[in-house]
Formats: sequence, structure tokens, C-alpha cells
Amino acid sequence: MDPAFLAVQALSGLSSASSLFITACGLTIVFGVTRIVNFAHGSLYMIGAYTAATLVPRLLELSFGPVTFWAGILASALIVGVIGVIIEVLLLRRIYGAPELFQLLATFGVVLVVQDLVVQVFGPQDILGPRAPGLRAPVEILGRRFPSYELVLIAAGPIVLGLVWLLLRKTRFGVLVRAATQDRDMVASLGVNQALLFTGTLFLGAFLAGLGGALQIPRVSANTGMDLSIIAEAFVVTVVGGMGSVPGAFLAALIIGQLQAFGILIFPKSTLVVVFLLMAVVLAIRPYGFFGRAEVIGGTHAVGIASRTPLPGRSLILLVVVAILAAFPLVADAYLLKVATEILIFALFAFSLQLLIGVGGIVSFGHAAFFGLGAYGAALAVKWYGVSMEAALPLGLALAALGAALVGAFVVRLSGIYLAMMTLAAAQILYAVAFQWVEVTGGDNGIVGVWPSPWAGGPVPYYLLTAALTVVTVLLLKRIIDAPFGYSLRAARDSEARAEAIGLKVRQHRWLAFTIAGAAAGLAGGIYAFSRGSVDPSLLGISTSVDALTMLLLGGIQTVMGPLVGAAVLHALRDWIMPLTSLWRLLLGLSIIAMVLIFPRGLVGTVRDRWEARA
Amino acid sequence: MATISTIRWLALGAALALGAPAAQAQQPPIKIGELNSYAQWAAFTVPYRNGWQMAIEEINAKGGVLGRKIEIISRDDGATPGSATRVADELVSREGVSLLFGSFLSNVGVAMADFANQKKIVYIAAEPLTDAITMAQGNPYTFRVRPNNFMQVGMLVEQAKASGAKRWAIVAPNYEYGQSAAAVFKRLIQEQVPGAEIVAEQYPALGKIEAGATVSALEQAKPDGIFNVLFGPDLTQFVREGNTRGLFEDATVLSLLTGEPEWLLPLKDEVPEGWTVTGYPWDEIKEPKHKAFIDAYRAKYNETPRLGSLLGYMVAYMIRDAIERAGSTETEAVIKALEDAKFDTVIGPVTMRGIDNQSTMGAWVGKLVQKGATGGMTDWTYKDGAAFMPSEADVKAARKD
Repeated sequence: MDPAFLAVQALSGLSSASSLFITACGLTIVFGVTRIVNFAHGSLYMIGAYTAATLVPRLLELSFGPVTFWAGILASALIVGVIGVIIEVLLLRRIYGAPELFQLLATFGVVLVVQDLVVQVFGPQDILGPRAPGLRAPVEILGRRFPSYELVLIAAGPIVLGLVWLLLRKTRFGVLVRAATQDRDMVASLGVNQALLFTGTLFLGAFLAGLGGALQIPRVSANTGMDLSIIAEAFVVTVVGGMGSVPGAFLAALIIGQLQAFGILIFPKSTLVVVFLLMAVVLAIRPYGFFGRAEVIGGTHAVGIASRTPLPGRSLILLVVVAILAAFPLVADAYLLKVATEILIFALFAFSLQLLIGVGGIVSFGHAAFFGLGAYGAALAVKWYGVSMEAALPLGLALAALGAALVGAFVVRLSGIYLAMMTLAAAQILYAVAFQWVEVTGGDNGIVGVWPSPWAGGPVPYYLLTAALTVVTVLLLKRIIDAPFGYSLRAARDSEARAEAIGLKVRQHRWLAFTIAGAAAGLAGGIYAFSRGSVDPSLLGISTSVDALTMLLLGGIQTVMGPLVGAAVLHALRDWIMPLTSLWRLLLGLSIIAMVLIFPRGLVGTVRDRWEARA
Repeated sequence: MATISTIRWLALGAALALGAPAAQAQQPPIKIGELNSYAQWAAFTVPYRNGWQMAIEEINAKGGVLGRKIEIISRDDGATPGSATRVADELVSREGVSLLFGSFLSNVGVAMADFANQKKIVYIAAEPLTDAITMAQGNPYTFRVRPNNFMQVGMLVEQAKASGAKRWAIVAPNYEYGQSAAAVFKRLIQEQVPGAEIVAEQYPALGKIEAGATVSALEQAKPDGIFNVLFGPDLTQFVREGNTRGLFEDATVLSLLTGEPEWLLPLKDEVPEGWTVTGYPWDEIKEPKHKAFIDAYRAKYNETPRLGSLLGYMVAYMIRDAIERAGSTETEAVIKALEDAKFDTVIGPVTMRGIDNQSTMGAWVGKLVQKGATGGMTDWTYKDGAAFMPSEADVKAARKD
């Protein structure tokens, strides 16, 4: 191959590595000190890009020149730093001690809020920033033209690395940050002002995110999708490099930059997959990344269902519920039935996640993977083999179970935040496959024409089918939760060491639980595909996973029936509010944050506690 | 439960009574469902909404149609196939709309066509351009107004003959619209330009272009002709990177839609001059009827029209005409009224061809030029769609019905 072409390609790789490092560096510093994986880091990056793309052209109108341009970039990054401080003071400060699941969800709530706010503040249009004055002309490299701005970006990465190194090594703030990364509690007991330290760290992290975003404006237009796309890549960089390690992030960014630049030549359509596969491979070999350390936090961070005595008259309650579900078509119109069908599907989906999180303590952040696999499995069976719904649903379930068994084999080796990241990576890989393997999955087009068999085609039969499948599966899962197997999972959740000591095969149990939960989610996905008539990659996306987690949280994570109630309430609210407002994500995000902060037991948990307090 | 069911029967009775012809004296409005990607593709869809809103206000001011006003219930379609069909279902089963129109992305359009066929409701795909909507996935319930990919690419390839370019590179977004346009281009260029070959193809994901890598991969093949299907933010980044690296300097470039103000304005002063494009040179339109629309639009919204504005305006009037001729909003009657119907629109007569439900609306073909701070079109002509439609044999071979 042409050496000039390879050189230019390598340089492109270096420049994207630089940009990625600047952003990921902030994420890893924040994690090192606060132990919070900040989902909102990508939102800060996006705000940086929007601010710069709006601010810099105004400044350039006042006085045109390189100084103005770079001053504008820095000013934008500073503004984002201040926003980071606001987020720390208002939210993060209150959740440092909370379980990881709540931290992740709360910061994801910020992501949702920012998405709508950005549209309100900057408008719905994508904004392409101005070119950097003095860097408009390309440079010739081995006879090929190369944008000179990219060369500046290549330099920016090592410069930021150097400055951060100086800051961490040569200042008192840096010493404290390093000390806190090593042992947070010790730093606290030595009388260091933690509030100030954490706020300062958040400022630094947000500043770097803003800088990363602002530097992009001459080459990428600021758009509303950039938050989730950068956060996914930044997660990979920090996890591969080792959470909390700045040099690790630099090394990982370099590797990923080159992988993308040359990956495009070898696998032109699978760049996304390549990046996440790298992460999966690194985690499988080194569970804490290149330079990461095992979590020092002792004890368990899991929240889950507690044991309680069964309610008297359970079978009667069950009968009543089944009777109400069966009688519902008598009073509901076609649209209500549609909503009820969806609620049942989501209830099953959320309940399957409860088996993992509430019972097993396995905080999966990528449960959409199996919902999507079930949906795609069913849709692909219809598209490629022309099978009927009756055969497609079990096929979807089987595909999801297979996928869950495979992913589970990797995942059960991990714990805590690395486990959450690995499940997220698995979902992202599947998303990328569905999105980029156009020949088979249809890519962005998805697969259409996935309609139920004629006997189940109407709203009433399809509702009854969904209700029957959901009730049976939920009862089966409930039986599994109450069986010795379920108690073993709980034992492992509460104390892995003790569970192993009494002879439980913890990994094997978790792996089985992962497979069962995946299969149940796959069944829900398959039913969902037929209720909509189509599938598309968004079923596998982060927001689908977060939907399930929100249902769990809303219903009450410590109760067995919480997810079912959560699914019903969330979906009913969504159906009611979404057509009325364009700010649904803002509302959802605020509710998630509010639930984490003031309502962590969820609806069912709160009601039951009231009940018991009165009795 | 008894009370609920009583209320329900009463409601049903009321609904029947309202729907009955005898009750038309009360003149409930005709409900029409509209869905589009207002959040994600605002550049096109917001002017489009302005267009149909302006038309509906005019129509209702003149008394509506069949003695009833038209009420449009508009929703965001979420820009994905699954979310669009969900929204459509809500419009049909909760709001009880008589027909649906809208959607922007071609993959959403295909899902909507499938939905229309399944639920037996008329869907007018105003914008989605993929051939599939009127060809392979075509069905009696789905109609399209814009000239499809086959027609617009045909207009461009006609212009390519004179250039002498033989080594062609294709760059298109990797979803229904881009795939369909690329496939048509490959077929037409090889049919119409002897000796033409495709030397490079790049299919970046929609909205996720890596412009540097894409341009350098195209450059590597040294094409003398480039066929571009990118639009929106992808286009802006592609043009900027291509200008920097000199990709367009010695090449003939054919580009779909780039002359439309919605995609041209964001390029500001970096317009790639000399590209042959389809677009909308609204500033040079002279026909009195069309000019009157442009002036009214500018006066009403205090902004210049986009192609979306024109399309929204035209579609609303075509729906009005169809309902008037059908004499009702019954699906079968509306289909009859649409098939082979002639419409007198602001851009002249347009026919909805019956065999594939594709209208003969044409497109403006010309070259890009920098006009002050923004771009525009020059040397343009309006090509009537009728001359570029797929042959009846092609349609019969492709369609399943």
C-alpha cells in the first residue's frame, strides 16, 4: 500500500487519539478521586462543543485572529468547568456513598436533562464552528494534503498529558488528588477538606471534557448525539487504561485511535465493533485494565431484595390479578390494549433484570442487549427463513439465552463498576453489529414486516397472548427466586467470600442467573418486535437499558414485585406525557435524579414500609 | 366495571352519532395525522411544517373541505422506524385520524409504508426518497410526492454524459436512502455512459461520518467523477474536509439535494462551486403563482423558503383536493381519488401515477455557485418528473401487488 496513504492514515489516527485522550483523561481523574463513573461527562463534552461553536464566531467578529480563536476555546472549556462544579455541588456530593447503580443512574439522569436543555438553549440545528484562523490551508505530507488543524490536535494530547502530569506531581492539589485516588478514607481522616478537593476535581474533569469538545468545532459540527457517542468511547479508553490512571488512558487512546484509522481499511463497516471488542479482550485478560487496581472498597455495595415472610392469601391475590388481566379487553379500547400490551412486555423485561440486580447483585448496565437479541432473533427468523410467529418467538428467546450465556461467561469474572462497564460494552457491541452489519440486520433501516400470525393479529388476541406469556414467565422467575438457587444468589450477593466458604459455586450460579435473565428479556424482546411490526438498533441502545433500570428503581429495587409496578407507572406516564411536551427527557432525567436522592426505596418499597410502620 | 362499560357504550354511541352523515351539520373537523422528525432533522422539517400550516390556514379560512375544517394532529416520529410506527398507531387508534402523511428519513418511510399496508390506512410519504416506497415495498395505501431516487439520479446522470468522467466514486449515508441512491446510480451510469466504472464506494453511518478518513479513502482511488448522496451535518463536514484536501478540484461532482437551501445554507462561504446538483433556486423563480407563494411565505415567517416549505404547502393542498374529490375520508374513496389524479399546484400540474403511486413532481437541476455569504444555484432548469419515472415494466416487475 502507498506509504503516503499509510502515513496520513496514521496521523489521522493520532489526532483522534489526542481528542479522545483529552476527554477521557477528565473522566478517569474524576473516577479516581470520587469513585463515580460520570455518565454526564459526555454531556459536558457536548456542552463544550456547543458553547465554543456559538461563542467563537461572535468573538471572531469582534477581532479576527488566532489569539481570539484559542481564547474562545479556553473560555468555553472554563464555562464547562463551572457547570461541572454546579453538578458536583447539587448532585454528586449527595451520592458519593450510594451504591454504584444509583450513581450511574443519577448521572445518566443528568445526561437526559442536558440533552433537552441543549436543544432549548442552542436550538435543534447542528452547528459547525469556524475554522481556526491561520490553519485553513493544508500542509503537504509525502505529496498528500493534510489539514493543518489536525496537526495541532495531535500536539494537544501530549501537551495536556504534560500539564496534567505537572499538576498532579508538582502542586498540593495534585498530591491530594493522587492520595485520594489511592485511599479516599485515609485522606479524609487526615483532615483534608474533602468538599473542596472533590469540587476542584470535578472542575478539572469538566474543564477537560469541555476542552475536548471545544477543540472539535472546526472539524465536527456540534450535534445532539455527540454526548452518548463520546461517552461510550471514553468509557472504553478509561476501562482499558485502568480506571483512575491518566497514563493508562493515554496509552489506550493511542491504541484505539490507530485501531480506528486502520480498522476502517480492513473492516470498513465494523469500526464500532472493533473498539468494543478491544475492551472485551483486555478485560477478559486483565480485569482491571492496563494500569488499574482492584477495587479497594471493602464490603458489599449491592442493594437487593430482602427476605420476608410471604403474604397470607397469595394465591387469592394472584387469581384476582389474572382475572383482572383477562377481563381487561372487555373494558378497554384498541389503543388502551396496545398500551397495556407494552406495559406487560416492559414488566417482563424489568422483572428479568430484577433477577440479576435485586437477587444476584449483578449490576447489569446492558440488559437491552438481550431484549434486542430476542427482538432481532425473532425478526431475522421471519425475514430470512419466513417462519411464523409461533416459531420465531422461541428462536428469539434461544438467541438471547445463547448471547447471555456467552456474555455471562466473561461478566461473572468481574465485579462492581467493571462489571457494569463490561455489560454496557456487550450491549454496545451488539448495537454496533445490528447497526453496521447492513446485509443481515438492515442496519439503520431495521427489519420491517414482523407482524404476528393472523390468529393473534388483532389487539385483543395479541394482548391476551402477551399477558399469558408474561404471567407464566414471571411466575417461573418468581419460583426460581424463591428456590434454593435464588437464595444461593442472594448469599453470593451479600457476601461472596462467605458464600464460597460454604461451598456455593458463585460464578456458576451467577452465570446461570445471567442466562436465565437474558432468556426472559429475549422473550420480552420477541413479543415487543411483533407488537410493533419492526425492529431497529435503538432496541439495543443505552436508553433501552436505562429504561429497564428506571422501572426497577421506580418500583423499588428491594421488592420482588417492584419492577412490575415500576414498568406500569413509567410506561403509563410516558404514554400520557410524551405527546404533550417536547421535554420528556428532561422530565424523565429529573425524576430519575429525584428518585435516587429522596425516594431510593421506590413505590412498592415506600408503600410497604408505611404499611409495616402502621402495623 | 358496570359503570365503566356503560360509559364506554355511551361514548361509542356518541362517536357513531358524530361520525354519521346526518351529524355533519355540526361539522366536526376532518382529523389528519402528521408525523415527522421535528427534533432530529429540524433543518428540513420545521420549514416543512411552516409550509403545511400556511396551507391549512388558507384552506380553513376558505371554509375547509366538504364543509368541514381540516385539523392536523402533528407528532414527532422519533426518526427511527419503530418509534414512527408506534406514533402512527397512536394517531390512528387513539386520535382516529383519517389518513397519515409525513416522515423524513427513507428507512422510516419504508416502515410507515409497511404500517399503512398492514393497518389499511392511506399514508402520503411526502419526503422519503427511496425507490422502495413506490417499488419493491410499494402498496396500494402508500403514495409519494417528491421525485424518487430513480428520477433525481436520472436527471443528474443526464448531466454527467457531457463531462466525460469515467472513473466514478460514490459516497452515501449507509441507510435506506443512501443505499437506494447508490444502487440506482450504479445502474444508470453504466447504462448511459459507456465505459463508466465505479472505482470507490464509501458508506459512512448516517450522522456519524469520519470525514477525514472518508475523503482520504476516496482520494486514494483517484476518481474523475464523484457521486454524493450525503446531506445535513455529514455533508458539511465532507465538503470542508474535501475542500481542504483538494478532492473536488479535478473531478466532476454530481450531488443529490445539495442545491436545497436546507443543506446549502450551513455551508456558508465554503460552497463547492461547480457541483451539479438537484435543489431549489427559490431566489430566481419567476412564475407568478410560485413567486406569490414565495412572497407570502417570506412575509408570514420572515425567513426565506426551503424546499421543505414548498413541499409541505403542496402536500396539504393535494390532500385537500383528494378529500374533496373523494367526497369523504373513507380510505377506499381517497385511494381512488388519488390514483391518476391531476393536481394544479403552485409549481404547475402534477399527476399521481396510478401504477406506482408516484407523483410527477420534478426537481430543479443546476450548478452550485457562491452568492455572497451563502450558496445558490445557477444555470438551472426545472425538470418535470414525468420524463424520468421508472418504466411501467420496471414497476410491474418490482411491485408485489
